[in-house]
Amino acid sequence: MLKDITFGQYYPGDSILHRADARIKIIILIEYMIIALAARSLLAVAVSVAFTVFLVVASKIKPGLLLKSVKPLIFVLIFTAAINLFFTAGEGDPVVHWNFINIYREGIVNALLMAVRLLSLVLGSSVLLSFTTTPLDLTDAIESLLSPLKKLKVPVHEFAMMMSIALKFIPTLIEETNKIISAQKARCADFDSGNIFRRVKALIPVLIPLFVSAVKRAEELADAMECRCYHGGEGRTRLKELKSRPGDYVFLLCATAITAGVILLNSITTQEVFDFCKTLFS
Amino acid sequence: MSQSIPALEFSKVSVVYGDKTSFEVRALDGINVKFPESSVTGIIGHTGSGKSTLAMLTNGLLKPTEGQVLLFGEDIWSKKHSMKEIRSRVGLVFQYPEYQLFDETVEADIAFGPKNIGLDPEEINKRVMTAADFCGLSEKELKRSPFELSGGQKRRAAIAGVLAMQPKVLVLDEPAAGLDPKGREEILGGLDEYRRAYGATLLLISHSMEDIAKYTDRILALKNGKVCLQGTLDEVFAKAELMFDAKLDVPQITKLFIELKKRSICASTDVYTVERAKQMVETVIREAKNA
Repeated sequence: MLKDITFGQYYPGDSILHRADARIKIIILIEYMIIALAARSLLAVAVSVAFTVFLVVASKIKPGLLLKSVKPLIFVLIFTAAINLFFTAGEGDPVVHWNFINIYREGIVNALLMAVRLLSLVLGSSVLLSFTTTPLDLTDAIESLLSPLKKLKVPVHEFAMMMSIALKFIPTLIEETNKIISAQKARCADFDSGNIFRRVKALIPVLIPLFVSAVKRAEELADAMECRCYHGGEGRTRLKELKSRPGDYVFLLCATAITAGVILLNSITTQEVFDFCKTLFS
Repeated sequence: MSQSIPALEFSKVSVVYGDKTSFEVRALDGINVKFPESSVTGIIGHTGSGKSTLAMLTNGLLKPTEGQVLLFGEDIWSKKHSMKEIRSRVGLVFQYPEYQLFDETVEADIAFGPKNIGLDPEEINKRVMTAADFCGLSEKELKRSPFELSGGQKRRAAIAGVLAMQPKVLVLDEPAAGLDPKGREEILGGLDEYRRAYGATLLLISHSMEDIAKYTDRILALKNGKVCLQGTLDEVFAKAELMFDAKLDVPQITKLFIELKKRSICASTDVYTVERAKQMVETVIREAKNA
């Protein structure tokens, strides 16, 4: 039932993205999101897609795994594309006209653009962070990036610790959920039939024990941490220090250049590109 | 007995996890076992020997990759009966079943199973009372929230939740694990009472050889997904040295008699209860006096 969740799953490997500094990867991810969302003109979209393809190839993650991470999103993808397709009003005559349905040229463009954006956002964030970065590195990186906020008395370390604990316990919780589902099934509980309300109600015997044990586990974990003298981030040293190498900075520089390029390319229309090509070849 | 249909039968059952991938694991490998009606079978074996997998097969929570699981001679996957019906006839109590408690009162929680089967309220109430009785839960405890109970009481409430379905076959995975001796006695005693009252067949997974010797009449030993020993207590413990060699534990008292045999003081090793040991020692002393 819950086997298909790939979110937050790390796949060990040895690629540029696996080796890159997690802090740099987070900054690049932010830039990547700007690229994917800002790209509007044909050229800009082309560059953003090319960047996505580069990241996917550089991560050396098996295509099958990537497909699995996209699979749950197919419905959202089709839904947004359809909405854009049918509800974008455009200038000029509609391409398709049938009863009350009008599809304009702009609608088709928007639908495609939306689908590409969503897909590249999911793929990019998967290969940049979740698939190639261990949860531990990720939280360390967030803590390090947010450390300036410590001066404003923001509990950055505690925040990062909470995050890493939450990530760490996802597999445990899934395992526990499966266990509880099995136990209630053994008592003839029925999760697969009836209307939506009955199905939601059928989950109560799973959710309540799950919450109870999660709270209990949290208390036990807190006790265990205190027994080992955990008292927050002050003066705490690390087993694994984050290190950035020259290559990381080159990577960051390239990504920044691409971001700037995409924003610039947005202002160039497709017509101008054609004209430019014409002058080039004539 | 051998002619009648066994309550539960495994016929050439194999279970493979992660089929056709590099993680392929054979949890069970061609198991052939019969559990005669109203018998109590103790299932023993090391961690990872396939005990829990076997338990999940009995009520259709897991589908065997190969082979058949027969309940009173009928394949449980033949679609002749709904899974709900199968699960009401084969009760399964998991390890540390306390975590399955969820309802507002213990009474309502025990009623969860019978309610799912679709019984009428009067019958449900009757079954809840009977199940509570077998598990030694008092009227007062039935009205409390399951989360206010002590560990032992929670365990009993969870087992009562399965007993309330009045299953003909009852499978228990370490029902007494982590309890004090008195708690163990109460739970296992209650289960034995239930078996006698309903002619139910019990499968008891346990690490405690003392409990096995005391409450079961047959033994099934698993090793790496295969049956390594099976038979009645007498048959199996007669080969106690074999079990010892297979790194399976035997009751303390049997260990003592293996040592006595090595020193040629007493010949038989199929001694697994203190009662029997006493008889044996007395015989030996009498013979020594006579000689």
